[in-house]
Amino acid sequence: MTSAGKFAWGLVVLAAILHTDLWAWDDDSLVFGFMPMALAYHAGVSLLAAGAWLAVVKFDWPEGIEQWASEGDGAGDGDGKGTR
Amino acid sequence: MPANPADTTPLVVVALYLGSLIGLGLFTRTLFRGTSKDYFVAGRSIGPVLLLMSVFGTTMTAFALVGSTGKAYELGAGVYGLMASSSAIIHSLVFFIIGIKLWAIGKRHDFMTQIQFFRARFQSVALGYLLFPILVLLVIPYLLIGILGAGAVVRGITVGMFPDTFAGITTPTGATLFAGAVPPWVTGLVICSVVLFYIFTGGLRAAAWANAFQTVVFMVTGLIAFTLIADKLGGAAAATQLVLDNAHDHVVRAKIGKLQFLTYAFVPLSVGMFPHLFQHWLTAKDAKTFRLTAVAHPLFIMIVWVPCILIGIWAVGIGLKAPGGNSNAVLAAMVGTLLDNPYLTGLLTAGILAAIMSSLDSQFVCLGTMFTQDIVLQVAGEDRFTDRQKILLGRGFIVAIVALTYVLSLFPPPKIFDLAVWCFSGFASLFPLVFAAVYWRRVTKAGAFASVLVMVVSWSYYFYIGLIEPTLSGEKIVGDFLVMGMMPVTVIFAASAAALVGVSLVTTPPPAEHVERFMIPKTDRG
Repeated sequence: MTSAGKFAWGLVVLAAILHTDLWAWDDDSLVFGFMPMALAYHAGVSLLAAGAWLAVVKFDWPEGIEQWASEGDGAGDGDGKGTR
Repeated sequence: MPANPADTTPLVVVALYLGSLIGLGLFTRTLFRGTSKDYFVAGRSIGPVLLLMSVFGTTMTAFALVGSTGKAYELGAGVYGLMASSSAIIHSLVFFIIGIKLWAIGKRHDFMTQIQFFRARFQSVALGYLLFPILVLLVIPYLLIGILGAGAVVRGITVGMFPDTFAGITTPTGATLFAGAVPPWVTGLVICSVVLFYIFTGGLRAAAWANAFQTVVFMVTGLIAFTLIADKLGGAAAATQLVLDNAHDHVVRAKIGKLQFLTYAFVPLSVGMFPHLFQHWLTAKDAKTFRLTAVAHPLFIMIVWVPCILIGIWAVGIGLKAPGGNSNAVLAAMVGTLLDNPYLTGLLTAGILAAIMSSLDSQFVCLGTMFTQDIVLQVAGEDRFTDRQKILLGRGFIVAIVALTYVLSLFPPPKIFDLAVWCFSGFASLFPLVFAAVYWRRVTKAGAFASVLVMVVSWSYYFYIGLIEPTLSGEKIVGDFLVMGMMPVTVIFAASAAALVGVSLVTTPPPAEHVERFMIPKTDRG
């Protein structure tokens, strides 16, 4: 995996860790004057998750998977039928 | 002297929405290519935008609008972290690590159903027969919840519209409820008929197009409701200030347990085992099609859930009482009480129906496909039927399943709406099976059987003590059933995973050359 790929997966792990925000359980402050911290913080986690997945699909995309899938030519290689 | 009938404008708006779905069905009919592959998996030709919209619409049920508002009304703003931001991370993770792989395996081996994959991967016809009833039984309550939810919503907005046609319900005390309202059996019949109309000829491609349209409808509806309600309350800041002043525990997470919060993250793993989602994955044109879905899904969740959570806590802040004690009715009550606009009421109802129907259609097609592919063709032999006959079989089973579900919805079991999280927990606890099937060469047929059986036994045990027993004893169920403060899915998942690993390690590994056919070689990344 490239360094950029590791960075991308690091962002996913960071989003998962930040999701467990037990430290802010009783925070009653408001963000932008109307969003409770419990909501705004996790909306931020959602944004981070989207960014992390953008990085993963950009830097750690399995390029050869389509070729592998197409080698069966979409007509099957008998696996499905062989078990019928 | 009878009162004048209520304004039917909301119902007209709903009728227009349903009419547009029929129009869309007529359009998708022209796209159908006449092959069974096109009917069951849209010819594996769906592009990024349509895949995103159809996967999101299928994953988000009515819960995304009415349930999220209701849960926030009960538990506060922490519901977003509990249910939505965990899904934002985990759904996309599952799409990336499972969905793309299963798409590739499905295309290479020409699978159309999840059971075909497991049967082939584990070289076991019996595993398919074991999984079939489990998957069907976990999907059916989900279908019933959709139909019953639609019936309840439409009944709520049509009270007094047809006093000469629908008398309503007479309670033991002699009071009449829902006088003149459209009864749930009529709504169920209409909803099932419309869904059946557009999936009958077009199959999963029609469902994908309809889901895309429905996703737009329920996202836009939620945003409109949010904007107008905020405006009516003097702005979002003033509305939230009322919550701070009157219901401080709804701003923090006083009503959510910390272990419950952490272990709820197992629930979204269910998307890895939804048979209807598996089928949607197979419709993708190529692997790159998944990119947009993985990235935009968390954003879409945020767009739908944040406004609904705020509406839910604002309802507490203004002291709104949930109609009949039903928190799922809070969204409609907020719209009805604050806005009193028949067009908006109709639009909101259409949005809720859109969220419901965008899940129903895929589930109907999926069950029809499973009956055709995993039972009939399995027993009778695939070569016995022409391609055209397979489509006819699929259509026949879809009609039968729609009819069966509709009949079941006429006799709903008690506590049906409490079943949702149990269904999700069942699917989530099968996640170790699909993960191992894709990644672990050493997993064995016996390990797969052990995992499924342990899941069934442990799930049934907790289901009994968590839902059946209290229901039979007449006990009122408040909040989620927890095991040592954790969601039961945690224990069921762990037991299922332990059985899978333990039994696999003590049984003979499968032939390496067979396993290799399902292992995607490592390739250059980036």
